[in-house]
Amino acid sequence: MSVSAGGALRGLRGRTWPTRTRPSGEFVLAMLVTSLALCPLAYLAWRAGEGGERSLAALWHPRTGELLLRSVGLAITVAVTSALCGLPLAWITERVALPGRRVFAVLFALPLAVPSYLTAFALVAVLGPRGALADLLDRAVGLERLPEMYGFAGAWGTLTLVTFPYAYLSIRAALRGLDPTLEDAARVLGESRRAAFSLVTLPLLRPAIVAGMLLSALYALGDFGAIAVLRYPTLTYSIYNQYRLSFDRSAAATLALLLVVLSAAAVVAERRWRRRAVFYRSVGTRRPASLQPPTWWAWLVLGGGLSLVGLALGAPVSVAAYWWWRARVLSEDMPAVGQAFLNSLLVGFAAAVLTVCLALPVARVVSQSQTSFARLLDVPLWVAYSLPGIVLALSIVSLTARFLPFLYQTIPLLLLGYALRFLPEATGTLKAVFAQQNPRLEEAARTLGLRRWSIWWRVRLPLAFPGLVAALTLVFLTTVKELPITLLLSPIGFSTLVTVVWNATAEAYWTHAALPTLLLVAIGVIPMVLLGLWQERVQSGQGG
Amino acid sequence: MRRRDLLRLGGLGLAAGSSLLLLGCRQESATPTPVAPAAVPTSSAGTVSDPTPVSTPTASERMPTVTPTAREAARSVTIYSGRSQSLIGPLLDRIGQELGLDVRVRYGDTAELATAILEEGDRSPADLFFGQDAGALGALAKENRLVTLPAELLERVPAIYRSRDGVWVGVSGRVRTVVYNTERVQLNEIPASIVDFAGNERWRGRLGWAPTNGSFQAFVTGLRRLRGEDVARRWLEGVKALDTRIFPNNASIVQAVIQGEIEAGFVNHYYLMRERAQAGRSLPAENFFYTNGDPGGLVNVAGVGVLASSRAQDAALQIVDYLLSESAQRYFSEQTFEYPLLEGIPAHPDLPPLETLNPPDLDLSDLDDLRGTLALLQEVGLL
Repeated sequence: MSVSAGGALRGLRGRTWPTRTRPSGEFVLAMLVTSLALCPLAYLAWRAGEGGERSLAALWHPRTGELLLRSVGLAITVAVTSALCGLPLAWITERVALPGRRVFAVLFALPLAVPSYLTAFALVAVLGPRGALADLLDRAVGLERLPEMYGFAGAWGTLTLVTFPYAYLSIRAALRGLDPTLEDAARVLGESRRAAFSLVTLPLLRPAIVAGMLLSALYALGDFGAIAVLRYPTLTYSIYNQYRLSFDRSAAATLALLLVVLSAAAVVAERRWRRRAVFYRSVGTRRPASLQPPTWWAWLVLGGGLSLVGLALGAPVSVAAYWWWRARVLSEDMPAVGQAFLNSLLVGFAAAVLTVCLALPVARVVSQSQTSFARLLDVPLWVAYSLPGIVLALSIVSLTARFLPFLYQTIPLLLLGYALRFLPEATGTLKAVFAQQNPRLEEAARTLGLRRWSIWWRVRLPLAFPGLVAALTLVFLTTVKELPITLLLSPIGFSTLVTVVWNATAEAYWTHAALPTLLLVAIGVIPMVLLGLWQERVQSGQGG
Repeated sequence: MRRRDLLRLGGLGLAAGSSLLLLGCRQESATPTPVAPAAVPTSSAGTVSDPTPVSTPTASERMPTVTPTAREAARSVTIYSGRSQSLIGPLLDRIGQELGLDVRVRYGDTAELATAILEEGDRSPADLFFGQDAGALGALAKENRLVTLPAELLERVPAIYRSRDGVWVGVSGRVRTVVYNTERVQLNEIPASIVDFAGNERWRGRLGWAPTNGSFQAFVTGLRRLRGEDVARRWLEGVKALDTRIFPNNASIVQAVIQGEIEAGFVNHYYLMRERAQAGRSLPAENFFYTNGDPGGLVNVAGVGVLASSRAQDAALQIVDYLLSESAQRYFSEQTFEYPLLEGIPAHPDLPPLETLNPPDLDLSDLDDLRGTLALLQEVGLL
């Protein structure tokens, strides 16, 4: 199946089904979701405009240009390294018969559940110039100082550790939905395994890789925690300072608009790069890919992956475990975390379900529509995603306190805030999966008399199942660690694990932060294990 | 097969949603005064026009009030606290119990909560703002969001620790100190004025500061006020030129000093005390207090202000009154290691008494030129 032939077929389909051009229910829903994401952006424009000259002064400040370059550099490098980490890890957990591969599959996604500032704190405590490792080396070989970890290298490394699961999860979902017969065909035609991978698999995985990279890049743009701890000031750092130091909301909004432009450019670049191509199998039915026997290469990747997780997860967990032990020794009063644990779990699940529901129509419209307008519908979502959490939180505060006071600081608004923040995690993953669906199947369903909504229920969603699971997991993991929106928009007195951790670390009560930090990691395991195992069963059931 | 899985997935979502609702109810019922769940806006006629989203309980739901003369609607008080729950949660819980108030607290970053109040406008659910530093209180005061407090409350603390216009009052004091590593620094090596750190090669690569920290910024504002713009700029540039390390907050500076990563840092006095309390062993670090009127010994306050948009100002004032009572002041002294501002309440025994601190002659109300400080910090490339 060639890309050009697919494109031609698709064009033909566009002509033979004129009804597709009329706005469908999905399209209307997608428009609604998009306009929701436009609200905070409109607020920012208004707020920046209100500042007048002060806003302009913030924009033209010489420091702004420097910070802008730093932001761009960090975003690009983090995106590249997280894809380089995610791709091989997705491959070995999905295609290589490694012992215990289900456990590893869960493990590799978990670093996402740890807030970046905690990872950064823990890395400094372990790898810092005077951290545990330096202490050990000092005693063992008399090495006085470790290489400097602050600055660009530290921020880059930490953000890669926190964001590589984005690429990993989205590539893994795409690998699962990939038709292995295409690779087999390449092998039958005499290509080596490596050539088959680079000629067939890699190009087919491109939407997923790019979606993962985009998530990592935009996360890096909007991150404050890691860059603050590792002392690498970016544009986001400056935005936080405008709020924290001078209470200058207009200047902050102006700088945030600069981020908006940056991320919009990144998304459009992604669209260009992706070009028009088809990623679905054209004929026959699907069978699961056969597992390769593990080679030395796979073991190497596994080792690398485990050391990444060891740093991203091991460092915070061991630091937290140390403080927990200290707290036991001192028999300190610890804040109760049972309720917070439950709250995190439930809010996380509810937000994940809501976000995925909102993402479905958008992902569908964007991946299947013929008009360029429709294909750009998700751009505002990505842009909102790149905003620093506090900017999005304060714009929601302003808009709802003004226009929807009855919703302000309620659970529904909190969930909506999470959804606005994390929608692209779901649309990105789902889009990649929808792109793998052969439209022939839908056409067949329509020929067989299924209605529009039954097609969703009986064809599209079941086919998108791996993507649904990946999207739910992603949104759950990131929601659980979200801080600024939780602090400002949750009902009063509503605590989650991350607010308990924040309350403790903000004032250096490390012992109080220990248990909730451990639980934060544990809570990430729950959906991963449940959904992971369930997914395995479904797949093996089909394969058999 | 797959459809069944979808059904299950949907069921999971439904289950999560419904248990969330249940959770909301259960949580609310755990608070001393039963109120309608915040997630469900009250529909009683009286509150339809009520712009405050915090739903007020209907008469039948209310517990008997302690003081029957107090306004019924005022029994629930919402505090926006920039001070963390670990720090003052137990105190605020106690206040609720002792005053018979339903105290609801939103914890967050001081500046972010103050900005949220500004964004909320007249519809802010907050009745009382409890800030880490005078700057955030000043920002609210500047936009006329705070009411004037009764003189009786204001006069309980020395004049330098409250707003000149009487719209906020300090409740606990925090002193700027130089924390140093006792294994690497001799006491007499510390300059007699903080200004003399600038360009002092003894300290090259050995100092730490936190330019994003509110207390540090208040200190810079104080330095500008006390010694003028040029001295402040030269100090920032001079210390920066020493390859002084930038930290995200005071706590990490203190940790770095304890670990010997740096030898000294500019912090608030109480972080070291907390590290000591948690470490349970003697740490190789000490605080150096400037008691010679030097800008380095600036005393800032954590303070409170009552919101002009509040509908429970009486109850909010009751809380301010309690925070300035002996029992609350003792809490600050013993639990948060801050300085009590009420006369006659001693500071923690490990600290020099408040009277001996001799802070620089500066009115905290004058620390409100935050934009100037931001511009200066940006100019020297620290932000």
